[in-house]
Amino acid sequence: MKTEDTISAIATAIGTAGIGVIRMSGENSIDIAEKIFDKDLKSARDRSVIFGHVKNSGGEIIDEAIILIMRAPHSYTKENVVEIQCHGGAEVLRQVLSATFEAGARPAERGEFTKRAFLNGRLDLTQAQAVLDIIQAKTSTALSVAQNQLSGKTSKKIRAIRTEILDVLAHIEALIDFPEDDIDEIFISDIDKKIAAQIDEIKIFLDNQKSGRILREGLETAIIGKPNVGKSSLLNFLAETERAIVTDIPGTTRDSIEEFVNIGGVPLKIIDTAGIRNSDNPVEKIGIERARDCASRAELILALFDGSRKLSAEDFEILKIIEGRNAIILLTKADLPQIIDVTKFENFIPISVKKNLGVEKFLAAISEKVGNVNAEMNFVRDEREADLLRRAVKNLEEARATLQKNIGIDFISIDLRAALELLSELTGESVTEDVINEIFSKFCIGK
Amino acid sequence: MFTADKYEVIVIGAGHAGIEAALAAARLGCKTLLTTLSLENLAMMPCNPSIGGSAKGHLVREVDALGGEMGIIADETCIQFRTLNTGKGFAVQALRAQADKKIYQAAMKKVCENTPNLDLKQLLIENILVEENKIVGVTCETGETFLSDAVILASGTYLSGRIIIGESIFDGGPNGQRAATKLSNALKNLGVQLMRFKTGTPARVDARTLDFSKMEIQRGDEGMQNFSFMTDAPANNQICCYLTYTNERTHEILRKNLHRAPMANGIIEGVGPRYCPSIESKIIRFPDKERHQLFLEPEGLNTNEYYVQGMSTSMPADVQIEFLHTIPGLENAKIMRHGYAIEYDCIDPLQLKPTLEFKNIAGFFSAGQSNGSSGYEEAAAQGIIAGINAAALVKKFEPLILKRSESYIGVLIDDLVTKGTAEPYRMMTSRAEYRLLLRQDNADLRLTPYAIKIGLASNERIKKFETKLAEINSATKFLTETKITPSAEINQKLSAAGIGEIKTSMQLAELMRRPNVTYEKLSAIFDLPKISSFAATQVEISLFYEGYIKKQSELAEKLDKLENKIIPENIDYHAMQNLRVEAREKLSEIRPRSIGQASRISGVSPADISVLIVWLETFK
Repeated sequence: MKTEDTISAIATAIGTAGIGVIRMSGENSIDIAEKIFDKDLKSARDRSVIFGHVKNSGGEIIDEAIILIMRAPHSYTKENVVEIQCHGGAEVLRQVLSATFEAGARPAERGEFTKRAFLNGRLDLTQAQAVLDIIQAKTSTALSVAQNQLSGKTSKKIRAIRTEILDVLAHIEALIDFPEDDIDEIFISDIDKKIAAQIDEIKIFLDNQKSGRILREGLETAIIGKPNVGKSSLLNFLAETERAIVTDIPGTTRDSIEEFVNIGGVPLKIIDTAGIRNSDNPVEKIGIERARDCASRAELILALFDGSRKLSAEDFEILKIIEGRNAIILLTKADLPQIIDVTKFENFIPISVKKNLGVEKFLAAISEKVGNVNAEMNFVRDEREADLLRRAVKNLEEARATLQKNIGIDFISIDLRAALELLSELTGESVTEDVINEIFSKFCIGK
Repeated sequence: MFTADKYEVIVIGAGHAGIEAALAAARLGCKTLLTTLSLENLAMMPCNPSIGGSAKGHLVREVDALGGEMGIIADETCIQFRTLNTGKGFAVQALRAQADKKIYQAAMKKVCENTPNLDLKQLLIENILVEENKIVGVTCETGETFLSDAVILASGTYLSGRIIIGESIFDGGPNGQRAATKLSNALKNLGVQLMRFKTGTPARVDARTLDFSKMEIQRGDEGMQNFSFMTDAPANNQICCYLTYTNERTHEILRKNLHRAPMANGIIEGVGPRYCPSIESKIIRFPDKERHQLFLEPEGLNTNEYYVQGMSTSMPADVQIEFLHTIPGLENAKIMRHGYAIEYDCIDPLQLKPTLEFKNIAGFFSAGQSNGSSGYEEAAAQGIIAGINAAALVKKFEPLILKRSESYIGVLIDDLVTKGTAEPYRMMTSRAEYRLLLRQDNADLRLTPYAIKIGLASNERIKKFETKLAEINSATKFLTETKITPSAEINQKLSAAGIGEIKTSMQLAELMRRPNVTYEKLSAIFDLPKISSFAATQVEISLFYEGYIKKQSELAEKLDKLENKIIPENIDYHAMQNLRVEAREKLSEIRPRSIGQASRISGVSPADISVLIVWLETFK
């Protein structure tokens, strides 16, 4: 929380592009940048761009770079921010980063830039989370989704739902607070219809939640099969044909590597790619254990069987693993004579990535398994938001139940107000003020 | 300087705020002076002749539960009682009574005159004496100085009051009273920030010139209809009110003369309340509405004056009479007093602590319309709190700050001192987050324990309260501990009482949760403890609505956690760089007592609150 701290981190994914960015934020970020740069920065104008060289503590030049200066409060975090753009190699970026540390910055914690932006009032909670999503966006589709939310498309829809509920509540409140004024009666059946319609609207958000998560986090996918079945060819094909963003993410259960590949806009997070690459080495031991482990973590399994060979004991093990799971069966080496006994499979796709056979069918199968994932959809972005919406639905359903009891409109208002509070947590508005303003703008009240 | 006397508490103004303040202070043992610029006009109701209504009735009950006077005198002197909002939920049911203004005033004056420790004096206060940011006393028009440890400003709408009736404009307080002009300046000189508000009142017409046969009659409700927990008598309904409506001709006359409406032509500068618009603003803001309702309410038993509720106006006299004559039943009405608008100074309540003491002047309190509120009931509610807290200062006991989750008074004061107000503030049930807990039927259970602790509850009240509490407890215990099993005999008795049969064994409490099952009905079948109807109501409500009440209680507890995170008084917000500049400024200005209060300040974002919480956690 101490603002005198200046934080520094690599802001771009390593190894993806020709340019990498180191970002610093904090009161001293400009001073620190000047220490490692061969140009004058202190007198540089706000939002100016300076070309020069980054040096390490020994005075040796690390790289050519462009520096962007954004002085407080005109920056993302509302603090002094410096961005150093240099050549994108991982080694260069690491050296520049370490130079900023030596000059006085400290490593940023995960999400700390956003946290600072948030604590400095730059972002509301919804925006801050959208920014987090941008940072984490794994594919271009996911990126456009994140931008979409930042511009408030989802907020707009939630606001519309909120307004409908506010309408009902304000009417009830006007009747309660001004019982002697000439205000139209409100009918239980009308309230019920309105609430039911809003429940449906909110449920659309919740139904889309899984798609949103897939777009953001990638669909956990396992590629399994016996050695030499073509796992690594498939992986390479997926990674190379589509322009995949590949990043290193330490595995959760072991030192495996996960890679993201983008299949027709659906990001797949391939589990244990290191294992895949090693397991196709013929001298390696049979990877049934690996297959079982990967499959247990996956939401989608790509199970590979060699179409040019007979089913082996390992293949039967693989079949057992995918039983009852969300799996696509691929018969590899479709360009060779097929001798596999296909009666063992209900659905399968013969494929040869070498000859581009069955690829279309394979991509279509993925889309079908994942369902409709569309960047134009409205959906919440995380569990916090989904939880708020689920609780709002619960309140609205309780309001409907209370309606049936016919014990007075005051009791309906309790759950409507609670639902509004939850929706307001998403949009950042105040319920009480809004209800009162609504009463006075809609109803003619007064002695 | 002639020092006439020395008091512990001086109250400026003997309206509904001033009286409750003075009575509370005197009853708590403070030597108290209550000043008014006319002893004839103590407890005056310059606007509508009624007390209570939605949320306002709740406030009267809370004032009563704290040991205040308004409810007792209203029960004694009001001439029609009605319960509003029946059928909308028991928490929003509210009592409203028509007052006989003169009899109410006389009864209230008698109480004040006979309260030990309390002096009444007719004085116009002109200056507030302050030394080193601490109150010293007051000086009067007639030259005397009265010294005091605490002073409570309860000056209503008198501060630089200006009356507007069309083109006729003159300085004055309400109802032909003098204005307090020098006091406004004295406050400014003390650095107090003033606001300019406006309100209005309709004409009073002569009963002999009204044709009630053209209006709908509105009678009172029978039975027990009391504001005070101390009153046991049934409602005393002696009069009726009458309902009539404006029409297109009325609106046409108003539209034709809008250029003469002070509100429209810029003569009125003050901010008026939205809930009490003049008839001319109603037709501007709601042009599609074909008619507006008007209630004709008598001002008392011994007068022919009728109050025309719904036609508050500042139109010129000739327009007032012209449009009144278009209304059914008022064709020949003679106006006895014109409607008028009044502009007045009030203090910006953001300068006050939740105790109603000025942050910058120790011992100086303010209550009522001078705080930017509106209404007799809102005034009384602030008055009793200011009186208690002035006494707390003098007698050195803990000040009383009521929570939003336990009282409308808490909501009212918290709103005023935390959010301020851009218009005369009226209490509304929708301002309370947890109104299911803040019912008029349980005001005593919520607040009388405070009155007992502070010393404002009479022995009679304490006894009555403790009896009720014991009855509720014994009945609840009996109902939850008594199990009944289905038998032909029991089911026959239940059916006879109009209660459905039971199929499995259950607690009596469970049976109470069924609709239409009352304590009385069950008493006829089972040997329930004999308790008063008021205690029985509490038992019924707490069982039948248990789920809803529990839900709100849990939310309220969550809120109270933030209320209990107290912020040190000497905190330096400007040093907290994580706070946005606006938040830093707002927090420095308001200096909230708790995180809860801070979170309600406009311009303080949830992010700022996180910062504050982190800051408190880190540096406490």
